[in-house]
Amino acid sequence: MTGRVLVTGADGSRTELAVRSGARLMPSLKAAELGVLGLCGGNAACGTCHVYVDAPWHDRLPAPDADEADMLDDLDSRRIDSRLACQLRFTEQLDGLGLTVAPHL
Amino acid sequence: MPGHRIVVVGASLAGVHAAEELRAAGYDGDVVLLGAEEGLPYDRPPLSKKFLAGPAAEETLLRSPEQFAELGIELVAGHRAIGLDTVRQRIALAEGEAVEYDGLVIATGSRARRPRFLDGLGGVHTLRTLQDARSLRAAFTGSPRVAVLGGGFIGAEVAATARGLGLDVTLVEALETPLAASLGPTIGGVLAAAHNDRGVQVACGVPLDRVEGDGRVERLVLADGTRIDADLLVVGVGAEPVTDWLRTSGLALRDGVLCDSYCATAVPRIMAAGDVARWQHPRLGEVRAEHHANAVEQGAAAARNLLASPAERQPYAPVGYVWSDQYEHRLQIIGTCRPSDELVIVHGSLEARAFVACYLRDGQISGAVGLDARRQLMRMRPLIDAGADREALLAAVGPAPAAANG
Repeated sequence: MTGRVLVTGADGSRTELAVRSGARLMPSLKAAELGVLGLCGGNAACGTCHVYVDAPWHDRLPAPDADEADMLDDLDSRRIDSRLACQLRFTEQLDGLGLTVAPHL
Repeated sequence: MPGHRIVVVGASLAGVHAAEELRAAGYDGDVVLLGAEEGLPYDRPPLSKKFLAGPAAEETLLRSPEQFAELGIELVAGHRAIGLDTVRQRIALAEGEAVEYDGLVIATGSRARRPRFLDGLGGVHTLRTLQDARSLRAAFTGSPRVAVLGGGFIGAEVAATARGLGLDVTLVEALETPLAASLGPTIGGVLAAAHNDRGVQVACGVPLDRVEGDGRVERLVLADGTRIDADLLVVGVGAEPVTDWLRTSGLALRDGVLCDSYCATAVPRIMAAGDVARWQHPRLGEVRAEHHANAVEQGAAAARNLLASPAERQPYAPVGYVWSDQYEHRLQIIGTCRPSDELVIVHGSLEARAFVACYLRDGQISGAVGLDARRQLMRMRPLIDAGADREALLAAVGPAPAAANG
């Protein structure tokens, strides 16, 4: 199954992405050139796929594991709704998920 | 698009990402992912860290069987390719069977180099596969005295993990510091001090003369006569691309499979990606990379270019990203760094073991290394992209950067 993710880019642009169930979000965001770099290839090791997850969705996501939590703690632009897109796996229940690409620097 | 069946040979990181990208790009023929190792594809970075440190830690699988099934990727594990016939478009397997393809991605990776003079000696380990990591982890349980030969990324990480387990560890490196070959002795010296503080014996700057032992390793003897007693020797002296199965294929091989800037070999519809690929980087020339992020990105790039028409192909020109965890430290590298580059420290200090060091080549920034300085390091990324010169670099990072030697 393929669902939709609504992304506000680092530049404020709004884009709708089609994402397959089971896929991590980072590769789709990276390919769409919305400001996600994903340098480390999905290992929660670089912090360049940092996103803010819209309020109604944030609580429905599984909690970050220890690696992701450590990396999030190290981010300047950290907020309560911060996540790493490389650690988020898309599911049917997340169809319509809204997120915003966080500033890197 | 190439025919009915694309075969990806090599079911590790580059291969898995190539297979996935074929689907993401809309390919609807058969996708076969052929792997020499038994079992599901797994991620290698934890093998020298978390997996090695925890007796009960499980491997990190790259994808579940359900995910492969959902993507329509046929994983054929435990079958080693031993030959390639590019005319009949067939891959010969060790078991005597053959697999036909219309398009091919070569992603057979690399294997740990094991010097011949260690043949037949017990207690000698290399670390590349899950099997290697299991065997080394089991050997660590007997409180052995550990010698690590080679101060590259694998050697330094294994030394840190072994020491973290309370083992007696000596790190032996012929160059003057660990990581000197990739980052130079100044940055390497900071790492050496970090290991030393944790109680690792750092024996750098003197080459190994011989390994002694009656059937099993008992001691290392360095060229200056230094003797290092050890029950276990971990050899981390680099890796070599797995190309022996291609020897009679007609593909051009030179320390890897030679590719153009699109990851394509000279034979139509045959691409290469990951550790095994030596490709023409548009800015850097001929490159072969043995790093995680490259395997991910190049796997996907090779798959896209395999499906694309000649006009749609995109050159593969990554910036490069490497990370290494040793003790509580995280070392990160973006771009390319060479020991011969000029070093400029733009954040923190070497003494504090928290810094960003920029590498300047021909007056332009080509790469940067950060130790526990992720945020500051990432600020270097646009400057590396732009090939900023010293003036632009200093203007961007603000006042009072210190120079460092070599």
